[in-house]
This record gives sequence, C-alpha cells and structure tokens, in this order.
Amino acid sequence: MSYRLGVDVGGTFTDLLLINEKTGETHSAKVPSTPQDPSIGVLNGIDRLSAVSGVALHNIHRVMHGTTIATNAVLTGKGAKVGLVTTKGYKQVLQVARSFCPGGLGGWVSFVKKPLLAPLELTIEADERIAADGSVVRELNEHSFRIALKALHAKGTVEALTICFINSYLNSNHEQQARQIAKQIFTDIPISISSEVVPEMQEYERTETTVINSYVRPEVANYIDNLQAALVDRMGESVLLSILRSDGGLASGSSAAEKPVNLLLSGPAGGVTGAIFFASRGGHNNVLTFDMGGTSTDVALIQNAKARIRRETQVGDVTVRSPSVDVRTVGAGGGSIAFVPELTKALRVGPDSAGAVPGPAAYMKGGTAPTVCDANVVLGYLPSDVQLGGAMKIDKQAAVNAVQTIADAMGISLMAAAEGIVKIANEAMLGALRVVSVEQGFDPRDFALVGFGGAGPLHANAMGILTNAWPVIIPPGPGVLCAYGDATTRVQDEASRTYVTLVKDINEDKLLADLSTLHIKASESLLNDGIAPAELLVTFQVDLRYIGQAFQLTIEFALEELQQKGVSLFIQAFDKEHTQLFTFALDDGHEVVMLRAVVHAKTEPIPELIMKHKGVDLKSAKICDTEFFFAGQTHQAVIYDRGLLGPGITVPGPAIVNEMDSTTVILPGYEASTDSVGNLLINSIKGSNYHA
Amino acid sequence: MLSKLIETNKAPFNKVDVDPVNVDIIENALSNAREEMDAVLFRTAMSPGIREQGDCFPIIANRDGKMVVGQFGSFIKGFLDAYTGQIEEGDIILTNDPYLCNAAVSHLPDWIVLVPIFKDGRHLAWSAMFGHMSDNGGMVPGSIPIKAETVFQEGIQIPPTKLYKKGVLQHEILELILRNVRTPQWNRFDLNALIASCRTAAKRCVELAERFGDDVFNSTMDIILERNLIAMTHIIKMIVPESPRVFEDYICDDGMGMGPYKLKCTMWREGDKAFFDFDGTDPQAQSSINFYLNEELFKMFFGSFTINMIDPQIVFNDGFYELVEVRVPEGSILKPKYPAALSGRTHALGRVFDILGGLLGQGAPEAMNAAGFSDSPHLFYSGYDDNNEWFQLFQIGFGGIPGRPVGDGLDGHSLWPGFTNVPNEFIEAYFPLRINTYETIADSGGAGLHRGGNGLCVAYEFLNNGKIAIHDDRWLTYPWGVNGGKPGLRSSKLLIRKDGSQEYLAAKCDDIVVKKGDVLYFNTWGGGGWGDPLKRNPELVLTDVNRELVTIAGALEYGVVIANNAVDSDKTAALRHKISTERPEIQLFERGGTIEEIKARCLQETHLEPPKTPVFHAAGA
Repeated sequence: MSYRLGVDVGGTFTDLLLINEKTGETHSAKVPSTPQDPSIGVLNGIDRLSAVSGVALHNIHRVMHGTTIATNAVLTGKGAKVGLVTTKGYKQVLQVARSFCPGGLGGWVSFVKKPLLAPLELTIEADERIAADGSVVRELNEHSFRIALKALHAKGTVEALTICFINSYLNSNHEQQARQIAKQIFTDIPISISSEVVPEMQEYERTETTVINSYVRPEVANYIDNLQAALVDRMGESVLLSILRSDGGLASGSSAAEKPVNLLLSGPAGGVTGAIFFASRGGHNNVLTFDMGGTSTDVALIQNAKARIRRETQVGDVTVRSPSVDVRTVGAGGGSIAFVPELTKALRVGPDSAGAVPGPAAYMKGGTAPTVCDANVVLGYLPSDVQLGGAMKIDKQAAVNAVQTIADAMGISLMAAAEGIVKIANEAMLGALRVVSVEQGFDPRDFALVGFGGAGPLHANAMGILTNAWPVIIPPGPGVLCAYGDATTRVQDEASRTYVTLVKDINEDKLLADLSTLHIKASESLLNDGIAPAELLVTFQVDLRYIGQAFQLTIEFALEELQQKGVSLFIQAFDKEHTQLFTFALDDGHEVVMLRAVVHAKTEPIPELIMKHKGVDLKSAKICDTEFFFAGQTHQAVIYDRGLLGPGITVPGPAIVNEMDSTTVILPGYEASTDSVGNLLINSIKGSNYHA
Repeated sequence: MLSKLIETNKAPFNKVDVDPVNVDIIENALSNAREEMDAVLFRTAMSPGIREQGDCFPIIANRDGKMVVGQFGSFIKGFLDAYTGQIEEGDIILTNDPYLCNAAVSHLPDWIVLVPIFKDGRHLAWSAMFGHMSDNGGMVPGSIPIKAETVFQEGIQIPPTKLYKKGVLQHEILELILRNVRTPQWNRFDLNALIASCRTAAKRCVELAERFGDDVFNSTMDIILERNLIAMTHIIKMIVPESPRVFEDYICDDGMGMGPYKLKCTMWREGDKAFFDFDGTDPQAQSSINFYLNEELFKMFFGSFTINMIDPQIVFNDGFYELVEVRVPEGSILKPKYPAALSGRTHALGRVFDILGGLLGQGAPEAMNAAGFSDSPHLFYSGYDDNNEWFQLFQIGFGGIPGRPVGDGLDGHSLWPGFTNVPNEFIEAYFPLRINTYETIADSGGAGLHRGGNGLCVAYEFLNNGKIAIHDDRWLTYPWGVNGGKPGLRSSKLLIRKDGSQEYLAAKCDDIVVKKGDVLYFNTWGGGGWGDPLKRNPELVLTDVNRELVTIAGALEYGVVIANNAVDSDKTAALRHKISTERPEIQLFERGGTIEEIKARCLQETHLEPPKTPVFHAAGA
C-alpha cells in the first residue's frame, strides 16, 4: 500500500488529506493550526489522520505541503534581520522605492511607510559597476568591500545577507565574487544574490525580491528542516517532502528552503490546483475560481485546466518578482465589517475584518460589528435554528442586533440591510473576477465558476448569477480543497534570464543554445533530488512585448515547434493574444524580454474515485425545513445532508446543502446535482425567471 | 452650450429612485472602470513618461460632462462651451489647446482624448483621458522651451478636432499632427493607448446600463455627485472660516533672469460657499512659466485634499463644484492671455498645492503639512547615438515629502498620484547614459519634530554628446517649515565636465551642450520640517544618523549631540537649552528669510546670480 499526504496549513485550521495512490480512496482531517510552530499542528493532524483511517504511517511515501509560513513572516514582520549590499551609489534603493506614494491626489498626506526589510543601517555599498550591455565598467574593489563587510559583521545583528548589484541580471560575475568574499566573513548565515533569485531587469524590484528571499529564508529553512526530521522519524527514511510553490508547482524541500520567495502564495496556489483537479475531472477545463475565506477572497482564471501564471507576487504591501498563480485578492470575506460613513450614508463593506477574534457577532467570541457572516445569518443562509454537525454555534439575535445598526444608519429594513451587505461583498468579488476575466479579454460566460473556502459555497450561486459563468461548481470538501491541491500536483522548477532583443535580431542557433542552458539549469534541483532524467519534461516560454511597452505576454512553446517554424512562431502567437486583449496589433517592434525553461517531473496520476448512487432519495437526504430571504422576500427552503447526495439526485432551490465544513446555498430558480466525481453543480432551472 | 450632441434616439432619460445598495454597487463598478482605464493605458502605452511614470489622468463623466469618477476634475464642460461643432456616435475628439478648452489641459504636450459614450442611439456619458506626450514639436526636444515667449514656439496646437468621425479614423489629420513632433512613433502608440483606455470605460458604462437599466445608471450618476455635495457642504463649513485668510508663495524665476513671481490667494466663506480669490498674484511672465489655472481643477485640488478625512472610500467627483467659487485675475501668471507661452507650467501647478496647504493650515496648524515637493522637475537629454539614431529622454525628478502631522516626510518620493520613477536599469538599457548615484541628500529635509523628507541626488553620466534641458524651482525660495520646523534644503544642479571643470546650472535652462563623460548632479529639494526640532526624540535623530539620512552636523539642528555612535545626553540637554533660549519666537511658517535677504545671499549660497525683480508690461502688448 502506498499513500500520499496533502497538508495545507492555514491561519485557523490545518487540513490534511490522505490519498491511496492505487485506489484513489481518501481520508481527511482538520485540526487547529499552531501558529507558534506550524509543524506541531501538522504532526497532530498526521496522528489524528492515522488514527481515524487506520493507515500505518510508514505507508506514506510522499508528503506534499502548502504553507503560509513565508507569507506570515512577511505579513507579521517577523522575518530575519537582513543585511544588504548594493552597488556604490544605490544604497537607498529600497528607501526611495521608485518614489511611489499610493492613494489619489493628496494620498501622500496620510501614507505611512512600513520599515524597510533590509534597514539602511545594515546596508553597505560595494565599489563595482557593470554596464547596461553587461560589460565591466569598474572591477569590484575587494579591499574596501572586505572592510565594509567586516564593519557590518561587527554589528552582530545580521541574520541573512543579500547582494544586489546594478545590471547584474546581465552579468552576475561581481555578485558571485562578492558572495565568495562575504562567505569568508559571514560564515554561518544564508547569502542570497539577485542574479540567482531573480535575474531580471529593474533594480528596485530585483533588490526587494532578493531581500524578501533573505528575510524569510532562515524561518522557512528551519521549519522545513524540523518538519522533514519529524516526518522521517514517523514515516521512515524514504518519505519525500515537497512544498507547493506560488506558481502551483512542487519544489523539493531543499530547493524550497533556498528560494523561499517562491513560496509566498503557496497557500492560494493549493486552492487553485485543488479546484483544477476536481473541475477538470468533472469535465470543466475552463473555470473561474473563487476562494472566499474569513478576511479576503482569492480569485483566479483557469484555461485548459491550467492556471495563468503572473510574473509577480503581492503579499500585503510587498510586491516581488516571482512567478505565481495569477490569483487576485479582494478584502471581502466572511469577516469583513460593514459600516455607513455618516456624511455620505453609503454602505461600505471591508476592508476591515473582524478576523477570527473577535469574529462576527453571531459567533459569540466578543465581536459586535456587523459582518458579511452576520448578514448571512440574518438572511437565513447560515441556519441557526438547527444544530448542524460540526458547524460553529450561531447566535442569530447577536447577528440581528449587529446588522440592525446598518439598517438604522441607512434608514432601511433589517433584511434590506443584510441583503445589501451581501450584495456589496459580492460586487467586490465580482470586481476581482472581472479583473482576471473581462479585463484579460475573456468572457466569463465561457467558463464555469468554482466556489470554495469557508464562505465560498454560501455566495457561489449569487456569484454565478452576477458572472453568468455556469455551472457553479462546489467541489467535494470545499473546506479542505487546498490539501487536495497539494496532494495532486507535480514537482517543478524553472530557470529564466532577461534577453531584451528584438525578434528580428535573434540568431536562432544562439537562441537554441541559450534555451538548452536554461533547460539544464532548471533541471538541476530535480536531478539533485534523485528524479531520473527520463522522468523530466520541459516546456519553454518567452516573454514578448512591443519595444517600449511595459506590458508583456508569455508565450509557451516546445523546442520542436521552434525548430520547425522559427521565431515567427513568437510573433504570430503574440499578435493574436495582444489583439484579444487590446483590440490591436502592430507590424513590427516585437521584443523578447525573457526566456524561461520550466521542467517538471512526470507523476503517476491518481485513480479516479467514481461516486456511485448512494441508494437514498432526495427525501432521505433531508435534514429539516428552514426559510431564507432572497430578492426582497422570504422563501421556504429545505436543508439537505451533502454526505447523502449522490449522482442522480437533483436538489431544487431554494435549499441549503450542509456538510461538515461548509454550507452551500441554492437560490430559488436554481437546482443542484452531483456529478460522478462528487462536485455539486448548480444550474438555473429551465424556464425560471428569477434575477438577483 | 454651443456644441450639439446628435442622438438618433430622442427618448429622454427619466429620473428614477435607485435602491441605495445599487448606488453603492454602481459607484464601485465605476471606480473599477476608472482603475481599468489606467491599467489599459499603462500596458499599451509606449513612452516611458506614461508607461513607467504614469503621467496621465482618466475621467468618466455624466451626460452633462460632470466628472463622476476620475482624478483631476472634469474639463468637459469647459470644452463643450468652447466647441462649436456637432458630436455624433463614434466620434473621438483630440485636443491639446489650453486656450480652446478653458485650460482643461494646461500645456500643449498634454493630449486629451474625449469619447462620447452612446447606447442605443442615446448619449449616456463621457470618458476622457489625457497623457503627457514625449514631444509636441516646437523650439526644443520635449516641447517645453523655457524661453518661449508665445505658444507658437511650443509646438503644434491642436484645437478640438475629430480624430475619428463616426468611427472612422481621420488618417490625414493624424499624420499631419505626427509630422510635427519629434517622437511620432511614441505619440502614435500613446494616442492609441489613450483611445483604448477611453473605449474600455465606454464599454463598462454601457454594460452597467444594460445590467441596471439606462435610467437607473443615469440617475445614479447624479446621486453619486450629490453625495459629494452633501459631504463637502459639511467640510467647507468645518474648515473654511468666514473671515478672510491670505497666503503667498513664489515661483523662483522665469528662466529669463526675472523673479520671483508671487502667487497670492485669499480664502473665505459666505454661508455654504467657499471663495478663493487670487487677486494680488503677479501678472503673466515673459517666458513659459505661466500656468493657465482652470477654476474647476482648483476646486478638485481643494476637495480631494479635504474629503479623504470623512470617507476615504468615497468616489470623489465634481458634485460639490457649486459650493466653491474661484477667481483668477485675467492676464496674471495663473490666467495668461493668448498667445502667452505656458509649457513650463509645472512649477506654478505644484506651488498651488503649497498655497492650498498654507491657507487651510492657518486655521488648524496641527493638521497642516509643511511645504512639500510641489513640482515635477524635468530633465531632457537628446541627441544622436552611436548608430546615428535620435534619442530623447524625458525624466521627472522626485524629492522630499514634507514633515506631516502623521510623521516624517518620505525621502525622494512623489507628491503626484501614481507617479513612479523610471527604473535606472531601464534607462541605461535604452538611452546612452549611466546613473552613477541615486540616493537621497542627507540633511536636505527640514529639521522638525517630524523631519521633512530628503531631496534626491541623481548623478547622470552622459555616454553620448547631446543637449540637455532642465526645469526646476525652489532653488531660491525655500520649501517652508511649519510650527517650528525648519525649511528644507533647496535644489541645485551641478555639471562636472570630463576635464574636471564644474559649473552650477540654472534651475531653468535649455540647449546646454553635454559631451560624453560629463556628469550632471541633479539635486532636488527637501521637504519642510514640521514642529519643533528640539522636541524630537534624540534616539530618532541617532537612527537617522545611522541611516545616513542626517549627518552628525545636521543633528545639531535638532540640538542633538552625537559622539561615538551614541547620543551625548548632557551635551544634548545643554545645547537644546541654549538654542531654545536664544532663538526668536516660533512662527507658524518658517520661510528662511525675506525675499530681499534671500536674494542678498543668493550668489554666495547658490553660485548663481539672483534674478531681477520682475517688470511687467501690459499683457498682449
């Protein structure tokens, strides 16, 4: 028997999913997260899972892990003390931060900047210079560099060192040389150099990205080491730990620890890959995903069962150059607080959130502010009149009291206020969904919509109405979907370099040689982890733009295609996509900005577990009657147990489908059915004329 | 209104009641559409000025041309008043002429695209976007000639012109225009981008009207405008006093030897209405530093400065315009007479913000900011490179954000929304120069309880022979401090030739020949300080010293004595006591002396001759 384990550590819960690699059978567990040392929660969960499933731990051969440890280090400001070395004259590159003040006219009046992640007092300069063509203007002055390094070392506080020189993306020799020298002085801390972490143009972004890498590196490395040791202790030497990266690929533990900047969106990437897993098995390869949690909602667009990849990642107010699944986040979640500014009398929802503590008023943990969750309680979408298995206890009166404050401020009824709050939250999520679809030239009607996360299934039907993306899909276990994603992805790495050459000037022989070099570089970490060369697959990418454009598009291609068609392949693909996005294309001026090789390991697919009819009819799946409010009126509805619904049963709305960690609302005029892989599919009932 | 909109569908819009939640939803959606306009522009524009620096401004307006969402307020009404033609579905209008659109744009390099949005044959709304073009022809590369005496020297003037007629591009007009600029390819592409951006907004408006109904959409725009009116009514009563309040500030010189020029504004309130009267402002200048101030634009400056306090999420718009009256004297530097030159208006435009801050701040000193980086200094560098190809660089400089109630000013930042620097590696890759230094200037921020932000020192090493032009200000007058804070350090430009000789350049100059290997130190000014520097925590001063943002000598301005990397408490206490007993009483504004005193020290301190007091002739004479 061979099992793989998916583990997702979230802010509140750690989700685990055990999959039998032969049969596809699964077991899941949910345990509280342990923010002080997340590995404790992981190990608790493993013990729990082993106990309930009866699977012996030594049968688990792969552990695939999505982690927010790097993200949290950034968000809570608890990363390492980072020392920085820049080119002479560029010491304040982070201090100036491209001179940008957020906000509109007068935004500078209130803008308060967070402390630098590499403070100026720990920043030194090296006398060296590379030119914009990669040639050396001035050699590295080793003597003065050593003196500066020693002075920095003498401060005794640096826990990780970053080296970022101007134009090093074209010539990394000075950074390499500087690292060799630094290693002799800083013998026991990690050193990151920008030409390895992100060999791309733009000094501020490259410095910031490399500094973030240093900033989270000690903590991530420490965590991975400890977890690896604990897993080996329980499961034996053969267990392989991989970490999910922001781009949805898996990295080996050691490679993840070296470039932790690539893990910043590991959490959301797990959700997206999990959504892809279930949607594509159900036959839906083009989907919009929306993962609604307590404080925010992540949305993404999936085309041909692949997430779109973006070349930068945002965490809080930090933006770094590292590839990530193109997830857009809006500050609207179940805990988002509603309020009415006195002068404008407008209804605002978020971005402030009640979080887990004090939480929504209905949860009785001390919160009194009206939240989206409270509005859902008032409307009856989160039923309080029956005790449901596993659900948190809900105090409807507390929710009513909270939402009433909004109704009073606006001079409208309680129900209108509650419905207003939900609508505004939905609108914010719609805004994000439009960013990933309409604004990229995609029509949402060509997609299905996958709703998950704690609050996603509550809002999914309404979001379907707003986007017209049907069916609306609620995957099985929407609350542990990230763990599914973790468990079902492939090991992957990539290597890239800035090219900045006009397509017409490209020498194809040199291009092929450069691609081959990148291929070898991208394969390194996988080969080091003992994956056989025959197991590796490669794809190549080129980032293109019209010369002068800030925007660029990534074109994916295979080596054979390039050999057959030549570089005109790039131009054709680029013009087509540019036209889709912006309605025009130009005749010339195509410029290659970046080249990239992406290498991944083949994996055994997990067998499909086909859902069978459970032998019960709709009536037997019923838990009780209830009522909820929608579109200005109260509707009689029925609550069903999802665990008893199988293929062949259709649930007519208005209804609520309940399961351990989630509640799905089916609105009047809509119905839900279960497909063969366990997805709940919501569609409109033909001939129904309900509108939002 | 002289111009006429031709609608094929004459059905009137009905005013309808709108569910308040739908108002909020439409408000959000319009905000998103405005963001999307920027996004489309940045991704498709080509010149570094627009794509990297974000020098552009979007608007979505209602049928009447009132800005419902946007940045700098609507010019559409002014444009419509001045335009005499008919406007039909599919038309796209282009202009850059300040004198023919009531200064909707204030100099020729800003090109505006205006799109009437139609749905089912009815005029639904407007979208507009303007962007700063890299070149507009005229006397000098970049088209901001300092010594221009009339607008004819500033390049091509495009009166409101249909670039598209009923959806058809007027090729010949476009080619005529582009033939007159030095960077036709950039302008062509940027213009494309402006149009794409406006069309995106048009699409979103039509979609919203489809979703909620035309009447609901139309009525909601009025409601969103009304919200601003209500909010601003309260704000004006709160912060604008009935008794008049006056503030003056200066433009240091006109680039032709005269200065400083005075800007003066008086503010008061009568009932609900606020008045801003620029009477006492100097007459128009002989050169291009005139700034044709659109009254509506000034209202927008005023509103956006104040409304954030009440509801930062509000969609800010024109709705309150009737509550503000702005009076600008004809023939003054803020309302020059045609055909006065006005391309170098950036200094006066920025300085208006300092005036606003000074006016509003007198009533609430604790809430006032010091003088900030109220400008967008320019550097132009152009010539032929080694491949004999024309290059033309336009760079905007950044400087010190002032000390603020909320804390220290930021070092080397922008006061303009959305502006960012162009990455140096990008510039080096595409232009023949190398940037040897890019760091803030220690001690340039005014000392204060909250320190002013430092100015920025950028050292450009030119790698080709060519010409440069510089536009900067505050080299003579100081960025003032408030509430006891000190003024910031002024700007300076030092050119060090390859042979080692050096030359201080005027703040405003063009046609300066540079040779390969020459290095220009472009130093911008620091922000003024806020509050008494003697009250700043000495440990914070030490931290700034450790960060090399303040020097050990600079720390003395705070009365802080630093020795051996630590604050010497005894000496600090003694010095602070000495300074506080010897200094004159703290004034609300610290300007670093009178104009006469500043001029007297000018040559010694700045290495430049002081400008002569302006002599004015009757405008247009």
